[in-house]
Amino acid sequence: MASLMNGAKMLLECLAREGVDCFFGYPGGVTLPFYDAIYDHHIRHVLVRHEENACFAAEGYARATGKVGVCCATSGPGATNLVTGLVDAMMDSIPIVALTGQVSSKLIGSDAFQEADTFGITRSCTKHNYLVKKLEDLPQVVHEAFYIAASGRPGPVLVDIPKDVFQAQGHYIPVTSIHLPGYKVFTEGHTGQVRRAAQLMWEAERPMVYAGGGIVAADASAELRELVETLDAPAVTTLMGLGGLAANHPNFVSMPGMHGSYAANMAMTHCDVLIALGVRFDDRVTGRLTAFAPHAKVIHVDIDPAEIGKIRVPDVPIVGDVKRVLGRLNKVLAETSPERKDRLTAARQAWWTRIRDWKLEHPLAPVTSDSEIKPQHLMMEIDRLSQGDAIVCSDVGQHQMWAAQFVRFNAPRLWINSGGLGSMGFGLPSAIGAQFARPDKLVFALAGDGGFQMSIPELATVAAYGLPIKIVVMNNGYLGMVRQWQELFYNNRLSAVTLDCFPDAEKLAGAYGFKGRTIDKPSELASALEEAVREPGPYLLNVKVSPFENVYPMVPAGGAINEMVLAPPQPVAVPK
Amino acid sequence: MLQVISLLVENRPGALMRVTGLLSARAYNIESLTVARTLDPELSRMTIVVDVDAALRQQVIKQMNKLVNVLQAVDLTESPAVRREMVLVRVRTTQENRTAVLQEAEIFGARVVDSSVDGFALEATGDPEKLDEFIEVMRSYGEIETTRSGVVAVSLDPRKLKLQPPIFTKVAIEEPVQ
Repeated sequence: MASLMNGAKMLLECLAREGVDCFFGYPGGVTLPFYDAIYDHHIRHVLVRHEENACFAAEGYARATGKVGVCCATSGPGATNLVTGLVDAMMDSIPIVALTGQVSSKLIGSDAFQEADTFGITRSCTKHNYLVKKLEDLPQVVHEAFYIAASGRPGPVLVDIPKDVFQAQGHYIPVTSIHLPGYKVFTEGHTGQVRRAAQLMWEAERPMVYAGGGIVAADASAELRELVETLDAPAVTTLMGLGGLAANHPNFVSMPGMHGSYAANMAMTHCDVLIALGVRFDDRVTGRLTAFAPHAKVIHVDIDPAEIGKIRVPDVPIVGDVKRVLGRLNKVLAETSPERKDRLTAARQAWWTRIRDWKLEHPLAPVTSDSEIKPQHLMMEIDRLSQGDAIVCSDVGQHQMWAAQFVRFNAPRLWINSGGLGSMGFGLPSAIGAQFARPDKLVFALAGDGGFQMSIPELATVAAYGLPIKIVVMNNGYLGMVRQWQELFYNNRLSAVTLDCFPDAEKLAGAYGFKGRTIDKPSELASALEEAVREPGPYLLNVKVSPFENVYPMVPAGGAINEMVLAPPQPVAVPK
Repeated sequence: MLQVISLLVENRPGALMRVTGLLSARAYNIESLTVARTLDPELSRMTIVVDVDAALRQQVIKQMNKLVNVLQAVDLTESPAVRREMVLVRVRTTQENRTAVLQEAEIFGARVVDSSVDGFALEATGDPEKLDEFIEVMRSYGEIETTRSGVVAVSLDPRKLKLQPPIFTKVAIEEPVQ
């Protein structure tokens, strides 16, 4: 029989059994009993400087490893500060367990100090949430929370724990089974549909693989590579899927969508079979729906039945875990007749020729200048140092798009960014989580001067734990993406986008006890980045880039993806 | 057109909020909602009448099915189903009208649940259209006050009621490494 312990210790016992080695949090009044238990427990608690960043760090940890990330906050303001991170994890299907303290059971509903209806507030921004009323429910709830967060389509789960539950004494009775009668996890995929998909793939003359975050979440990179090679099909990966197929793979085209490459968007537009794997046909990918892959029959594999047919009704729907479905698909493809393959060689060669022509016609061209640092140049330098192998945690905005275009990722879980929600202030805290998860890796925190200033408090966390994160600020003095849209669509009336008074990076980093530097000359760029990477500790590199550079190609909102604006100054409509 | 959605949900705090939250998040107004325990006390049956755009209806029902507390959500709008609603009506009548009111009540199969010098309290069940008529008729006799239960429905399609067997998940939870 296990020994008597309080709820706080029991919670740590549950976390230990779930394999949690570190988590991110911020203490407060009602979590005092929990923090007392943390004091001499082997699980590492990382003290961040704001609860929102605890959630982002847990996401960074989860995104870098595939394991469930854990964050912790106190009641009231602590819990409400988690909300942005929870929605972020929800949008990108990231497994998170958020633990929040709540006022004592007897005080709930009395407007007690630091009371908020966390359960109600987080209902719509979690995959599931719990309010624990009795200590004996706690282990079951915590193990359920981890199971729900990680299984099926992953997502955030919040567990709200009143102070008296932390304090109550009880025995930890190991949980051996979870009974969730309403929780449906679809894994296998329909055999008949898998066969139909295989047949359609063989019949395709111009197949196109459209792979997303589901490939990363399901750890299905190997299966994806096999499929792409068997079919010799071109493949794009979405913003969330970058690295799902190695960027150096010959069949990899690039990212599609609003700021995707010309070749990727043209190939999506002209394919005859679109193989959509772990994607949700996001509006940033599809552009105007009626013009998206208009000639294509669509095979859609997704673990979430609600994604199938949500945006585009597929010809072959397959609800299942993309890793398992691809495993079976690859088997069926291997078994089906090879003579068909031969018959299609000519058509496939013609398709590849067109794609190569599109790539040559409008490549994602290196943009450099002798007088000012071009943002693209910065990304190319990061790419050169990364060699497709570093973790890049990006904030949100222009730099995110340029990084997605120019930094190559040869493995999944290297590119970490806020895709669906687009939360500014995500880059640095997620890098903290990623660096704790992968101490062996070179981690860049890449942010604009806007997003970075939302994260400045976390410089203290970086310094306190001596995390060797390379913080690179792409500083154009503006909220660049908003400025770009104001320039292009609002007559260049630049409203509230000028970011004056950026702090001196050297002094700022110095104030926290690590090195920082500001550069603005192209000639300094390579050596400054190298110096940052060589530095054993943290480094803040403030890179002043040309302020008015816009991200191209660009599909204007509501436009078709084959009607890209390719370059300034005059928008050019590209004929089909 | 109004839809009738029938759900089998776990009888737990918050389950109702999760379901209605999917509708309110999309700014749909619920016309009626009933919920009560089933034979299995751990489960509740919920019937929602709501007007959701045709294009979004399947999506909303899929999202309901995704909720951890929802065992099953089905659209009964176009499938064989029986729908019933109950109404309680208080009607003020004059002495001269009392017999006529009782006769009308009988036509609608309503029962008298209270009688006083001022009038009656009547209980009627039926499909919502029939109750609309009943209320209209009673209004013609005098001042009325009504409370409607909202629609409850049961599917006549036997397949619709078949549930997935509960999923028992063995969790490999190991002793922590110290």
